[in-house]
Amino acid sequence: MSNQKPETGAFFQRDRNWQPDAYTPKYKTSILRSPQKPLLSLDGTLSEITGPVFGHNILGELDNDLLLNFSKDGQTPVGERIVVHGRVLDERGVPVKGALIEFWQANAGGRYRHKKETYLAPLDPNFGGCGRTITDENGGYCFRTVKPGAYPWPNGVNDWRPAHIHFSLFGHGFSQRLITQMYFEGDPLIWMCPIVQSIGDKDAINQLIAPLDMASAIPMDSLAYKFDIILRGRRSTLFENRREGN
Amino acid sequence: MTQPLTYFKETPSQTAGPYVHIGCTPNFSGLEGVFPADLGTKMLSGEAEGKRIIIRGRVLDGTGAPIKDALVEIWQADAKGLYNSPTEHRGQADPNFTGWGRCPSDMTSGEFVFETIKPGQVPFKDGRLMAPHVTLWIVARGINIGLQTRMYFSDEEKANADDPILVRIEHRHRVSTLIGTKSGDEYTFDIHLQGDNETVFFDI
Repeated sequence: MSNQKPETGAFFQRDRNWQPDAYTPKYKTSILRSPQKPLLSLDGTLSEITGPVFGHNILGELDNDLLLNFSKDGQTPVGERIVVHGRVLDERGVPVKGALIEFWQANAGGRYRHKKETYLAPLDPNFGGCGRTITDENGGYCFRTVKPGAYPWPNGVNDWRPAHIHFSLFGHGFSQRLITQMYFEGDPLIWMCPIVQSIGDKDAINQLIAPLDMASAIPMDSLAYKFDIILRGRRSTLFENRREGN
Repeated sequence: MTQPLTYFKETPSQTAGPYVHIGCTPNFSGLEGVFPADLGTKMLSGEAEGKRIIIRGRVLDGTGAPIKDALVEIWQADAKGLYNSPTEHRGQADPNFTGWGRCPSDMTSGEFVFETIKPGQVPFKDGRLMAPHVTLWIVARGINIGLQTRMYFSDEEKANADDPILVRIEHRHRVSTLIGTKSGDEYTFDIHLQGDNETVFFDI
């Protein structure tokens, strides 16, 4: 444990060239759901610098185990067993500890367990598709699941989502809040996807592609993918707005 | 040559998609038995200080239709203006009030509802008080990066007029897009993604 006080600086300006634009017409739903007027750019106040933090007491034993958290009679879901692991850091490289991560995904056939989902691929009786965890002192996290399948979606006539896992992250301040998607190394559908292409910079897209990590695979059990996540960095409050310094 | 500046880039955002509920409010989407309850549905317990209020609204697309697959989160101070957060350094916030709520749009009406308390005032960086407000974060299918805005309160005219954020809005008629309208103990706050009444969104 560290006896340092929590940091209270505002966050770095978000790089809007690196992040996707709101209006990306090849992803048709964005056309009517993207603000058209300029955003009001402001340095963060206490309302953005602070944020909710969740204790480990909210977690159940199987919350990060999608192989077992919806299993019936000990049966595990169909599909390629994988471990997903990585670290949550901020833009300075400082580990973000105690960060709540929520993740959700389709099953191995590309079907989501959701009342509005209509894809013809079958549900898996042993797969729910949601999980959560909280990062450790080093910002590390892991969970196990099956590799999700690709699936078609109504945008173009024949548009398919690459296999992906959705991630929702809380850092230590509300304006670090982030939802993103992790893709899998080597999937040719990544580069055809209008949602991926909402990101203009190829290096930024590569930041969402998890490499196969054989060193973390479990022999005769599971493959592994590594996915590190970077949240906005926090400015030092050194000398900030104080004539006398710190 | 100079030394390199070694900063990482923030992970790019991707849309929450139509099935955001599976991960964030699974019980709401019919996926029961994994988590005992959806996070953020209850912001206060019985002893929480402050005036109980309800915030309700919709997220409207560019045709004026309510979005039925949005997820809205709010973050606000307690009745004394303190945040229930480890990065709150001014004092101890009310332990009976989380300050954070999460609500999916109703799948039929598109409405979101928060049962909360009216927040106190929080100082701006220079010490001036900001008017009471709630920070909102909105994600949905078709929204590539979460949208951040604030709701202020229609019964706080004087504080709103002095608010250091609201005074920064150049087009004064747009200030009204950030004001929740009071009726009894309820405030109505519709969020317009586009159009003449487009809500002011923040890059903050």
